[in-house]
Amino acid sequence: MFSYLIKRLLLMIPILFGITLICFIVINLAPGSPAMFQEELSPKASAEAVQALKKLYGLDKPLHERYINWLKMVFTLDLGKSFVDGRKVEDKIKERLPITITLNLLSLMFIFIVAIPIGVYSALRPGSVFDRALTFFVFTGFSVPTFWLALLAMIVFGVNLGWLPISGIQSIGAEKMPFHERVIDYIKHLILPVTIMSFSGLAGMSRYTRSSMLEVLNQEYIRTARAKGLPEKVVIFRHALRNALLPVITLLGLSIPGLIGGSVIFESIFSIPGMGQLFYSSAMARDYPTIMGILLIGALLTLIGNLIADIAYFIVDPRIRVKRDV
Amino acid sequence: MFKIIFRRVLKNKFALAGLIFIFSIVFVAVFSSYIAPYDPYEINVYKVLEPPSKEHPFGTDELGRDVLSRVIYGAKVSLKVGFLAMGIAIITGTILGAVAGYYGGLIDSIIMRVVDVMLSFPTLFLILAVVAFLEPNIYIIMIVIGLTGWMDVARLVRAEVLSLKEREFVLAARAIGASSFRIIFKHILPNAIYPVIVAATFSVGGAILIESGLSFLGLGVQPPEPSWGGILSIGKDYITVAWWLSLFPGIAIFLTVLSFNLVGEALRDATDPKYWTED
Repeated sequence: MFSYLIKRLLLMIPILFGITLICFIVINLAPGSPAMFQEELSPKASAEAVQALKKLYGLDKPLHERYINWLKMVFTLDLGKSFVDGRKVEDKIKERLPITITLNLLSLMFIFIVAIPIGVYSALRPGSVFDRALTFFVFTGFSVPTFWLALLAMIVFGVNLGWLPISGIQSIGAEKMPFHERVIDYIKHLILPVTIMSFSGLAGMSRYTRSSMLEVLNQEYIRTARAKGLPEKVVIFRHALRNALLPVITLLGLSIPGLIGGSVIFESIFSIPGMGQLFYSSAMARDYPTIMGILLIGALLTLIGNLIADIAYFIVDPRIRVKRDV
Repeated sequence: MFKIIFRRVLKNKFALAGLIFIFSIVFVAVFSSYIAPYDPYEINVYKVLEPPSKEHPFGTDELGRDVLSRVIYGAKVSLKVGFLAMGIAIITGTILGAVAGYYGGLIDSIIMRVVDVMLSFPTLFLILAVVAFLEPNIYIIMIVIGLTGWMDVARLVRAEVLSLKEREFVLAARAIGASSFRIIFKHILPNAIYPVIVAATFSVGGAILIESGLSFLGLGVQPPEPSWGGILSIGKDYITVAWWLSLFPGIAIFLTVLSFNLVGEALRDATDPKYWTED
C-alpha cells in the first residue's frame, strides 16, 4: 500500500509541472503579451495592481525566466492580488472553495447512491421496460444541455409550483432561524442544484454500471457460484456486484473534472457563492490573477480526486499493482 | 464496406430519425435567410416579450425580435462550431495519437503525459480562461473547443496504431522502404478509421453543448448575433415572465445533440466487429 502510494505520488510530479506550464501558456495568450496588462484590457485594474502584477510575472524578463519566477510564487502559494478588489487571490478562493467542494461531493454521493441500484436492476432484467427506460434516460442525459434543464426546473418547481427556492444557498434572514429550520432551509436550496448537477453523471454512471454488471454476470465464477447452490442474493451482491463496481470507481474519479467545470454554469445559474461563480465573475471582469489561481486549483482538485479514486480502487482490488499501463 | 455499414445504421430506427433531423437542421441552417419568417435582428418595441401566437410561433424576445427566426439563424452558429471544433479535435488527436503509437519511446511518453495534463483540467475552466483572455468570437470558440477535446481521440488512435503497426502489411510496407509518413497515413490510419468516425460523430454533439453553454454564460457568440445559448441566457433574465424564451432554443439544442448521439451509437454498433457475424 505504502509503496504504491509513493509511486503514485511521484507520477503526479510531471503532471503538476505540465499543469503549471499550461496555465502559464494561457496567461501569455492574452493579446499584446507581454504588454497585456494595460489598463485598457482590464479597466478595473488599478495602476497599483498592474504594477504588482508586472512584478509578479516579471514582464520585462525573458519567457523561461518568467516561468520559473512565476513557479516560485505558486509554490509559496502566492497567487497574486485580484484586480477587482485588491484582495489576495488565495484568500478569495479559500472562502469560496468549501461550498463548491460540498456541492460536488453531494452530487457525487447522489450519483453513486442512485446510479448503482438503477444499473444493477436493469442489468438483471435486460430488455425489460425498466431497462429500455434507462436507455432512454441515458441518451437524454448525454444530449440535454444541463443549464437548460436547470432553467426548466427553475420555471416548474420555483416559479410555477413555488416549491423550491431558485437562487442562493439560504434564505434572507436564515441566520436568525432556529437550527432545524436552518437545516431544512439549506436542504431546500440544495435540492435543485445537486439534482441537476448530477443529471448527466447519473446517466453515464448507471449505463456503465449496467454494462459492467452484465459483463460480470457472464463470467464463469458466477456460474460456479450459482452451480454450488448459493442463493441468488449472495451471487448478485457478494460475487457479482463487488467485481462490477471496480471500473465504476475509476469512472467516478474521471467524472470529477466535469463536475468541477460544470460548477461554473450551475453556480452562476443558481447564484451560489462558490468557486465557479467567482471564476465566472472573474472571467467577465478579466481579473487575470484570480482566473489563473482558480484554473490552477481546479486542476489540482482533479488530480486529488483521481488520486483518491486510485487509492479506493487499490483498496477494493488487491490485484492492482502499480505497473498498470497509463 | 461503407455500404454495409450505412445499411446497418439505417436499419436502426432511432439513428435514421437522427440522420433525418441532422439533414433537416443543416438545410435550415444553410437556407436560414429564406426560411426564417422575420429578420432575426429586427427590433419591434411594440411587440416586446409576446407569448407564442400564430404570428410568432415561438413568441418574441425582450426587444420584440421573433424567436423562431432567431432559433433558425442560431442553427448556423451551432452547426458551424460543432463541425469545425470536431474537425480540429479529430485532426489534432489523430496525428498526435498516430505519432505516439507509431514511434513509441520518448515521443510516446511525452505526448501521453501531455494528454494526462490536459485531462486534469476541468475542460470548462480551461475554455473559459482562454476565452476570457481573448476576444470571444465564433472562430476562437471553435479553436478552443477543438484544442481541449482531442485527448480521447489521441488515446483511441494510439491504441489502434499500437495493435496495427506489427501486422504483416505494415512490416511489408516498411520492408519495401516506404517512409514513416506514408506508412502512417496510407497503411495504418485507413484501418483505424471507424473508431475515429464514431468519436467524431459524438464530438460534434459535445462541441454544440459546450458552445451553447459558453454563449449562455455570455462568453460565447456575442449578441446581437443569434445563438441558441444566447437566447437561453436572455430566457434566464426573464424566467418569471417569458418561459418560451427558455423552452424552444433548449429543445433545438437537445434534439440536435441527441441526433448526433443516436447516429454515433448506431455507427459504433455497425462498425464493432462483435456484431459483424450477422450479415
